[in-house]
Amino acid sequence: MSASPTSAPAAAPLGARRARLRAQLEEAVLPPIVALLIAALVGDILILTYGQSPGAVYRLLFEGTWGNAYGLGQVLYKATTLTFTGLSVAIGLRAGLFNIGAESQLAAGGFVAAVVGTLLPPGIPALVVLPLFLLAAAVGGGVVGGAAGVLKSRWGAHEVITTIMLNFIVLALLNYLTVAHFKVFDTLHTAEIRSGALPRLSAVIPAFHGSAANVVILLALIAVAIAWWYLFRSRAGYELRAAGLQPQAAEYGGVHVPGVWWRAMLISGAVAGIGGLNFVLGYKHYYEDGFSTGAGFLGIAVALVGRNNPVGVVLAALLFGTLSQGGLAVNALVPKQMVEVLQAVVIIAVATSVPEVRRLLRGARRSPDA
Amino acid sequence: MMFLAFLAQTIRISIPYLFASAGGVLSERSGLIALGLEGYMLTGAFCAAIGSYFGHNPWFGVLAGMAGGASFALLYALCSIRYKADQVVVGVAINLLAIGATRFFLKLLFHSSANSPRVPGFSVAETGSGIRALAHNPLIWLGALSIPAVAWVLYRTPFGLRVRAVGEHPGAALSVGVPVARVQWLAVAISGAIAGLGGAYLTLDQHQFSDQMTAGRGFIALAAIIFGRWDPPRIALACLLFAAAETFQIRLQGVAFVPAQFVEMIPYVLTIVALAGVVGRAVPPAALGKTNE
Repeated sequence: MSASPTSAPAAAPLGARRARLRAQLEEAVLPPIVALLIAALVGDILILTYGQSPGAVYRLLFEGTWGNAYGLGQVLYKATTLTFTGLSVAIGLRAGLFNIGAESQLAAGGFVAAVVGTLLPPGIPALVVLPLFLLAAAVGGGVVGGAAGVLKSRWGAHEVITTIMLNFIVLALLNYLTVAHFKVFDTLHTAEIRSGALPRLSAVIPAFHGSAANVVILLALIAVAIAWWYLFRSRAGYELRAAGLQPQAAEYGGVHVPGVWWRAMLISGAVAGIGGLNFVLGYKHYYEDGFSTGAGFLGIAVALVGRNNPVGVVLAALLFGTLSQGGLAVNALVPKQMVEVLQAVVIIAVATSVPEVRRLLRGARRSPDA
Repeated sequence: MMFLAFLAQTIRISIPYLFASAGGVLSERSGLIALGLEGYMLTGAFCAAIGSYFGHNPWFGVLAGMAGGASFALLYALCSIRYKADQVVVGVAINLLAIGATRFFLKLLFHSSANSPRVPGFSVAETGSGIRALAHNPLIWLGALSIPAVAWVLYRTPFGLRVRAVGEHPGAALSVGVPVARVQWLAVAISGAIAGLGGAYLTLDQHQFSDQMTAGRGFIALAAIIFGRWDPPRIALACLLFAAAETFQIRLQGVAFVPAQFVEMIPYVLTIVALAGVVGRAVPPAALGKTNE
């Protein structure tokens, strides 16, 4: 205790800050790397059981995604939706809330936007009606997320359970509305929107021809920037993070925590809902039953791997978008379901290695002094 | 006759719910959220098809189904108890893993992306109300017994007392010498095996496995656990109630004064109502979900 190794007092803050930054970086980067290694190992085993060579399959996976413009376009399209659902989950987690309902919030946002689109007169420029669509999608998703938020803040119902239950309720309701009232005869989708369709990326870069990537990707990047500013630079975001880190301390510090809860769930739902525009405005121009399948749950994976950081979310969305598209690319050699296994393995491995890596790093840092 | 047929169908539908929620309540009472029930069931259903197909006997299917459900539960236990990973994340991933893995191995073993070939099962041709056919299926009896058995374990055995102590206050349990982690491992493993039986029932009743055949039944079982306030007798009633609503909807198809989708919503709406405490609050075990602290 008495004879502590001394460092120059002036240098201490800078050195400490750099060490802390390094520690944070290690904690953020190591778990995903460990997870990818484990996933690659599991992938090797699956590929070998199918009698194929792992090298050939992984090469095909890469060539079918980042190896050509069409594949890349598909990756970007999938990553766009995942960025929205990932941001949605990340915002909830920053407030200490687990939003498992991004799946139905995404669907509700897409549905409301599509219905609004069918009511518009034709021929209005897309940029003019875009704010209306943003509002419609945000309301659709926000109502579902906000409902879980109010159930939590007003009645103390746990958001994990209520968002799961709301997934089933909302998807059944949307299925009913689509089938009974809004579908085009003999299909499971609504009529096409009459105004507001957004151009695909292939309109600017012809090489993307045929892929679903569209300019909603720009909306996703704007959403990432706004989310970052909101979480780390605004007063409301500070309160949100405080409530997430230590609700009692936040309450003591003057934050009305139940208020933060329902607002966070409202925003979380709205962000997921806006993700529905990627499909409705950018790709098919209508709402189709089941278009959100899987994107909500993968949003949890994206937030987890991206460590609830908006920039991390983008990178993680690209990773999971690549895997999703990669499954189709390798289907000739191994069943595309292999990728579903790998995605789950990545989630489990990251969730498991985050606390473990943190513990190991702490141990490694402590041992030289001990 | 009408009534008997209604009853028979309600029982048939309720069996997977009874199995899965009997397993789930054991896990939840030990402090581990049973989000992976759907995954245990699906794996159980698939392994039951493998066991019955290659063993030429449905009882091999039963054993394989239990083993399949238990193996996924052990994976959950490893991540959340040993490595203190977040239970919700791992639970969600277990379900995704079960969907992907059963599809992959369906393709590998049976060269199909939809269903397995016909496997030996328990069901016999239905005559009349179908009650007699039910009585010939041993899994119906096991399913009906599963909840009383779990209730007996929870409330009448030392192991059950330990499970409840660990789920309410692990610190206190530890201080009087209860091996907390071991109790949780065991509770989770058994929960997976029982939920796996629920999946095996589906496969052996329909004589085949089909892709995603559990179709959300694990989540309905979770809903029944919460609506039943983590108490086995009430959970059994909840399972029967949900199954009766489903039967009602199937029987009224075509008459259609209520759309099917609204009947589907009943379990989930009731669960939210129970959690929100509109009529008597559903209070979970105190340490539920907190293995990572």
